[in-house]
Formats: sequence, C-alpha cells, structure tokens
Amino acid sequence: MSAVPNKQGRFGAYGGRYVPETLMPALLELEQEYARVKKDRGFQSELAYYLKHYVGRPTPLYYAQRLTKRLGGAKIYLKREDLCHTGAHKINNAIGQGLLTRRMKKPRIIAETGAGQHGVATATVAAMFGLQCEVYMGTEDMRRQALNVFRMRLLGATVTGVDAGSRTLKDAISEAMRDWTTNIRTTHYVLGSVLGAHPYPMMIRDFQSIIGREVRRQILAAEGRLPDCLIACVGGGSNAIGLFHAFIRDKKVKMIGVEAGGLGVASGKHAARFAGGKPGVLQGTMTYLLQGDDGQVNMTHSVSAGLDYAAIGPEHSYLRDAGRAEYTSVTDDEAMAAFDLLAREEGIMPALESAHAIAHTMKVAPTMKKNKLLIVNLSGRGDKDVQQIANMRGITL
Amino acid sequence: MTSKLDRTFAQLRQRGEKALITYVMAGDPSLQETEQLVVELEQAGADIIELGVPFSDPIADGPVIQQAAERALRSGTSLRAILAMVVRLRARTQVPIVLMAYYNSIHAFGTERFCQEAAQAGIDGLIMPDMPPDEAGPLKGPAAAAGLPLIFLLAPTSTPERRTFVARQSQGFVYYVSLTGITGAKLVNLASVAKNVEKIRKATNVPVAVGFGVATPEDAAKVAAIADGVIVGSAIVKQIAAYREKPDMVKHVAGFVRSLKTAMRTAQANAR
Repeated sequence: MSAVPNKQGRFGAYGGRYVPETLMPALLELEQEYARVKKDRGFQSELAYYLKHYVGRPTPLYYAQRLTKRLGGAKIYLKREDLCHTGAHKINNAIGQGLLTRRMKKPRIIAETGAGQHGVATATVAAMFGLQCEVYMGTEDMRRQALNVFRMRLLGATVTGVDAGSRTLKDAISEAMRDWTTNIRTTHYVLGSVLGAHPYPMMIRDFQSIIGREVRRQILAAEGRLPDCLIACVGGGSNAIGLFHAFIRDKKVKMIGVEAGGLGVASGKHAARFAGGKPGVLQGTMTYLLQGDDGQVNMTHSVSAGLDYAAIGPEHSYLRDAGRAEYTSVTDDEAMAAFDLLAREEGIMPALESAHAIAHTMKVAPTMKKNKLLIVNLSGRGDKDVQQIANMRGITL
Repeated sequence: MTSKLDRTFAQLRQRGEKALITYVMAGDPSLQETEQLVVELEQAGADIIELGVPFSDPIADGPVIQQAAERALRSGTSLRAILAMVVRLRARTQVPIVLMAYYNSIHAFGTERFCQEAAQAGIDGLIMPDMPPDEAGPLKGPAAAAGLPLIFLLAPTSTPERRTFVARQSQGFVYYVSLTGITGAKLVNLASVAKNVEKIRKATNVPVAVGFGVATPEDAAKVAAIADGVIVGSAIVKQIAAYREKPDMVKHVAGFVRSLKTAMRTAQANAR
C-alpha cells in the first residue's frame, strides 16, 4: 500500500477538508507547521522527552497469562496505554499538539471530549504548558462521566456543556469547531481523534503511532517474531490506528478494529459505522457515516461515551476498503462482561471503550492456536467508568 | 453564459440599487409557510432568496439557525421536498433562489442528480458553507453541465492567495463572510469589511455580497454602501421563530424585510 494521505489529505476516496473558508487558512498553516516539526530534531526530541518523563512511556507490553489460559487459545499480550499519565492513550496526541501550539504562539487551546479522557489529557497539557483551556462536552456525556468533568475543572480548564442534538461527542465537536471559527487567531483546536479535516487525521495518527512502534520492538524482544493479530476498539479510531500503523506493511499481521455495537446492530441503537453506515461528510472529513437517506446524521448509542460517534476516522475507511484491516462490533453487554473478566482474571479494570477490544478478544482468541500471538490495545483504564457501572447495577456509592 | 443571478445584479446596478438577499430555513416552521414567505419576501423587496437546507450538524451556524434547522427537520423537511416546493413556486414567482446546503445533503442525494434536478426545479445557485473550492472538483462538471452557479465564500482570515483562488471560482456572486465567526454573531468592524470587499473586487468582476452579522435596517444600509449585495439571515430567522405560532407571521417577516430594503434604498439615494 502506498503512503497516505496524499497532499490533499486524501486516504483513497476518504478524508479531505470540508470546512468553512474561515478555517481554511488555519488548517493550511497547521499543515505547514506540522510538516516543519515532523522533520525538526529539536521538536522531536522535546516530544520524546515529555513522552518519557511526563507520560511515562514506553508503556509495558504485558503478557496476560491468566486471560490466555482462561480463553484457551492464542497467547494474549496487553499494550498498557491505561498506564499513561491521565489514564489513556489520549495524552500522546495532546502533548504533541500542545508543543505545536507553543510553536504557533497561540495562548489558548480548546478541545471536544466524549468519555472525558481527551478533555482531561488536554486540560493536563494546558496546565503544564501554561495555556488557557476550554473543553466542550455533550451534556449527556457530562452526566455519564461526571468524574472526568470534575477532574478537568480541578486542572483549571473551563468545561462547557453542549445541549444540542444528541448531546454527545458529535455535538461537542461541532461546538468546538464554532469556537475555533470565532477565535481562530488566538486559539488552537486540539482535536482528540483521527477525525476532522486534513491535517488532523494524519497528524494525530503520527502522534499515536508511538504505540505500535513500541509494540513492535517489545514483541520482537519478548517473542522474537511479529504478532499474528492486533485488536483495538474504534471510536474515531486513534488508539487503533496508533497500534496498527507500524504494522501496515506486514501483510501477515491481521488487524481488527472493534466498533460499538450498542444494543445490537439490528436494534439501530449502536455506533457500528461499517455495519450500518455509508460514505458521507461530517465535521470536515469524508468517511463512513451513520446517516439517513436524506444525509441527516443518525443518533448513535453506546455504553461507552468514547465510542459513541456517527463517523469513523477516514484512514479506517481506507484500510477497510483496501481489505488491510477488518472491522467488527460487540454489544454493550459483551463489553460489560469483558470488563468483569479482565478485572477478575488480571486485576485490570479497562475503560469501557477498551473493554470492547477485550470482548472481541474473548471471541477470537479461543479460535486461534496456542502458538499464535494476539495483541490487544488496552487504550485506557476504567476508573472513570466505576460510577457509571455502579449506577447501571443499581448500586449507590 | 449569463445566469439569472448575473442578470439580477446587472438590473439592480442600472437602477442604482444593491441586492437584498434574504435567508430563510426551508421548512421552518413548515414548507407551506416557506413557500408563502418566498412570495411575500420578494414583494417586500428581497432581490434574491436564499433557502437553507436543514442539516443535523450545521458547523458554520450559530444557535438561531441551528434551532431553525431542528424545527425544519421535525416538520419532516427533506431536500427532495424542498426541490418540489421550488417547482411549485416557479408557477408564482421568478425571484432568483439559491440553496444553502451542507455538502452531505448534496452528497447523499447524489451530486450529479442533484445538479440536474435543482436546475430543472428552478434553483439559481448553490452555496455550501463546508465546501471550499479546494474540494469542489467533483461538483464542478455536473454543476456546469446543468447551468447551476457555485457560489463560494471568503472570510476575514482568507490570505491574499486564497482571496484570488476563491474569488475567481465563484459564480453569480462572492459571499463575503463579514466576521470571524458563525452566523448570527454581531458585526463590529465595518471599515475592515469595506477594505476586504475592495480587495475581492480586484480579484474578480463577480459581484460581492456580504453576510453574517447584518441584523438591522441600519446595518443593511451601511453594508449596501460598500458591497453589491447584503445578506440577512439570522435576524429574519429570529423573527420567524418569534412569530411562528401567530397567524400573521408571514406578514410580520415581510414587514421586517421591507424595512431592510427601504433603508438600503434611502441610503443609496442619499449617496447619489
């Protein structure tokens, strides 16, 4: 496969830059600035410094012995992004864009957040770099993720509720884009996933691809060979592309993205874009999108706020059409069962997002031979979800 | 080839007038009322009607137009139904009508089919707030074949290179966004609008219309002094929202549009 995206930000038929003219100059500036820092040793060594000393990289690649035994098939490794500072892979990107903001001399950053992990990561980076920070979050997500809302406020960020549409991630992104359109001269928009207009899907992929680069080194050290299969959950898809990217040319490494199946694809209440969507344009990019016949964007549903989004990153659409990665979904119930299993078998509580990847692992690992290697991206930790899980089980804490 | 928009601007120029372009969201509160509004707004002095196509995720719009889109979607408005309404309208009025649609509405309809059916229905131009000319390649062929002008937008943040690039591709008129922001924000810096309109004029012979932030007859008169067209959106949509449950909604909105046109005419006459 050739390198994507091309100069127009296209991943095959997907991607591009479908934004108001007001934003175009800023996107072109960002593209140029990013092209500069990509080759700039000073920037890259500064980024490496913060990833090591602040985020805590490299994160471990942990052999999940008891889970492997329990499932009775492939040897399962967990990439422990849950051990990153702030509790998820989101900080890899937030640090990169924070450094970029400093270079562009903008005093303010904004972000959208679904589960709150990207909002917390952005608020954290803002505190560390001395930037003003405002985070947009759907009011439904604020309810589901009250703890993360409080964490962002403790870090000094302003959290602004978005009470439009489905009151989730999609509406938070629209509101952040409106803020950016209004305050573009002073503000950088720290988008949290491989979504939106070029150069965001490419730049965020690059910042997250540290995950796969480490995994490659780590699995070669541990096993002396490449893995047979990679599994990651996919909302926008930044943790998945971060894991996959270093293996795209290794055709024998199978890659599986797991979408949110919600109450089941047949129920219509889900966020499985490849099962129920078709190509369209949302929030700056052409990609698979859950939409009605008239092009109106559908409401989505998932127990996990971080996967509850109607579109998928354009590079995933490209990988899927090219047959290089495959995509599937698991339901809310399957994800909850996976959460319990990992907590009990390994003493690790995954984020509900990452629990989707574990749930699919539970289906796939038993079908694989014991000498096969399967790597799951444990993209975040579940502390943020404890309150929600208690509520769902009728327990008052 | 001259389009109906070209002819409209030429006739206004001969009369020493500027174009009043009024925006209404199609289907807010119902398509039946939109149909009535188009007829009455023309009689009240609107020179061009801009019809919004409601979209679930309007990233360039402020709360006033977002809520209008939600009302229109609740009333069951689809792009197909809007085109059918324009067909009916063409039996009653020849006022130029341009559609303002987010690209996904066009894409879902089918780009080629849309251009053909829109032109056949009597649509005179297409504005897409999330479609810079950089991405418009696939639309240009079908739009040209159907004779449907594509109207592009420029903004205060546009660089000189983009100003030239966008202005030269815009047909019918150039839509200059008067402020760095979303629809319904407040117009603050008229001097910088004037300066930018002058710069756009150096890049193209196509008329320049100014929108975003024009809310009152006074604003409209001031903008008429510096541009070829004045676009009023949120202020009209606000009136529709406030009077939507009253029987005289259309009359009331027409009265507001008349006050805009009167202020523009008076200012232009005084300037001569």
